Amino acid sequence: MIATITKPEAPSDDKRWKIVQATMRRNGYSRNALIETLHTVQNSFGYLDEPALRYVAASLRVPLSNVYGVATFYHLFTLKPQGEHTCVLCTGTACYIKGTPELLQHVEERYGIRDGETTEDGKVSLLTARCIGACSMAPAVVFDGEMEGEVTQEQLDEQVEAWMAS
Amino acid sequence: MTPEELIQIAEERRGQQAAVGKRINVCAAASCMSRHSDKIAEEMSSHAESLGDKAEGVEVRCVGCMGLCSAGPLVEVDHPADEAAGNDAPKTMYRGVSMDDADRIVEAAAGGTTVEQLVQPTDIPYFSRQKRIVTENSGYIDPESIEDYIAADGYSGLVTALTEMSPNDVLHEVTISGLRGRGGGGFPTGLKWSTVAKTDADKKYVVCNADEGDPGAFMDRAVLESDPHRIIEGMTIAGYAVGASKAYIYVRAEYPLAIARLKKAIRQAQKYELLGTNLCDTPFNFEIELRLGAGAFVCGEETALIASIEGRRGVPRPRPPFPASYGLYGKPTLINNVETLATIPWIVRNGGDALASIGTAKSKGTKVFALAGKIVNNGLIEVPMGISLREIVYDIGDGIPDGGTFKAVQTGGPSGGCVPGNLLDMPVDYESLQEAGTIMGSGGMIIMDEASNMVDVARFFMEFCKDESCGKCTPCRVGTAQMLDLLEKLCAKSATEKDLELLKELCDVVKACSLCGLGQTAPNPVLSTLRYFEDEYMGSLVGGVSGDGRPVPDVETKAGAPDRIER
Repeated sequence: MIATITKPEAPSDDKRWKIVQATMRRNGYSRNALIETLHTVQNSFGYLDEPALRYVAASLRVPLSNVYGVATFYHLFTLKPQGEHTCVLCTGTACYIKGTPELLQHVEERYGIRDGETTEDGKVSLLTARCIGACSMAPAVVFDGEMEGEVTQEQLDEQVEAWMAS
Repeated sequence: MTPEELIQIAEERRGQQAAVGKRINVCAAASCMSRHSDKIAEEMSSHAESLGDKAEGVEVRCVGCMGLCSAGPLVEVDHPADEAAGNDAPKTMYRGVSMDDADRIVEAAAGGTTVEQLVQPTDIPYFSRQKRIVTENSGYIDPESIEDYIAADGYSGLVTALTEMSPNDVLHEVTISGLRGRGGGGFPTGLKWSTVAKTDADKKYVVCNADEGDPGAFMDRAVLESDPHRIIEGMTIAGYAVGASKAYIYVRAEYPLAIARLKKAIRQAQKYELLGTNLCDTPFNFEIELRLGAGAFVCGEETALIASIEGRRGVPRPRPPFPASYGLYGKPTLINNVETLATIPWIVRNGGDALASIGTAKSKGTKVFALAGKIVNNGLIEVPMGISLREIVYDIGDGIPDGGTFKAVQTGGPSGGCVPGNLLDMPVDYESLQEAGTIMGSGGMIIMDEASNMVDVARFFMEFCKDESCGKCTPCRVGTAQMLDLLEKLCAKSATEKDLELLKELCDVVKACSLCGLGQTAPNPVLSTLRYFEDEYMGSLVGGVSGDGRPVPDVETKAGAPDRIER
């Protein structure tokens, strides 16, 4: 008997799936490439939704439960779409000692978003990281991938408000 | 690549460098780059170009971390041509360089003058007390240029090992060097290598653990960003010594610059045939692949790291079998930390004895530390083992800013502990730190002043461990959550003596019963603060006052770090 394995179809004809397929192909559709593949999906689409998880599971022939397990185990993967802009506050030791808790409290009070949440207009997401290695410039904040050191409340407000007004 | 070719490349590059009259080196490691040092370098280049003849012989280039991150962006002007000719050629370092200073620094360099207001003196203990081995090239070479690395004697260790030494010779040098794992455990590196070398298998792996998860530690990041070829050379030598042909670098996804530079370095090494098949015309083959972490502290534990490379949840498993016999894909695997591997090329070049001559009886060589917190000179330092904490804090670090008083230094991150002021004269080595109730750890040093509440510090680390516990074994999963509850009660001053007793008991249970290092060391911050600052715990009880009547510093905020992100 000849068993044929058909490759599952991508969830949509979005071109970004080609990038995901390229990653899987480069790794020989090996299940070891699961984390690499999820990285690619998240970099391409911004987050991991259910169709994406199902597609990756079928392509790499990994049980869906394992894919879900990996996606929820690692902090970097997110199952929810992010806002247009992200603001990542470092909560490492040095930043903690030098004032991140005050910054966090400030954002929570002023913009009504807690860690992992997005403002109602979908503009800004607040995230925290466990040490981004910028301890000498504590407290550090990453605004849309750009790291800023020694951030004050005023600087934070300026950036966030500029985003919200845009 | 033959030894002759390597020498030729090195000489060619040195010749090019010696032709440069004035060179402006701009730090392009993450810390200075976040203050836009890359843009400053661009501006300097274009300004030098616009000056035309007036700036003849001026070269602007990007280099790795110069160490003194708190004074960034740092720029150093040197004179390679004069140095090569043996003339007196003083270097000038500038601190806090901004975009507005770019043009005048170029003009000053071209005219042979200095911009006095910005000069950073380099005759201070911060620079003079260091001993640089792992960071010998940081700040001196362009991290994106393999030729620069080769000109600084790079890859000569690898080529020597491949052409003149047997794997056993390499093992011997590493063993007599007395090098111990720099990731924190302090396991003798020579012994680990020998174990993997002795294991018989058709395939073996080398893994570089670059998952620097300790909050407050950024040494590995600086090494990866400033001198990526060093890791490649160290790993390849390791592969030759233990008989592995495939390697992985497991690096945090939070370090995009380090990832980009590693990728580039691997491509360059392949092009020069320093990675690939039949290296140096020997039967030895070696290739390196990058694997990105996805933000899980527990993946720094070796068995969890292996699971993560295999694409699974980063959950540790019981040892034995140790990875040295049963590791990645079930094959013998050598796992070393970035700093350990970065020391290897130096050992092969200078001999194991040279490293063994530095340091104390049981801790050899140097250690890179990241100084952060309430200290004047924030940044990266490399010091010989055995140096006292006082020298690090007061001489190299230049003490506490804003007239504050030293209270404690925290080493080893969430697995370590706090060392109080009366132990400052203790030498920094694996054994002394352990005796004092903390660990060497990967090298993060957070300095705290009187404003820090030690119970809150313990709470901070416990919260970290609770969040990062993988949940596989009960003592760690449940124990850290229970200890955190008790510490929060203490911080809110609503705990009773019974709670404190329970906390102490839980510390012992979690330490003794957890599966992996994360749980086994999670109580350390509590135990060490209890040991040295018990009065603060007593003062945090309902209606308590500290032993000597001093008021216990208030916990500054109620917000604290947030709960785990809901996905």
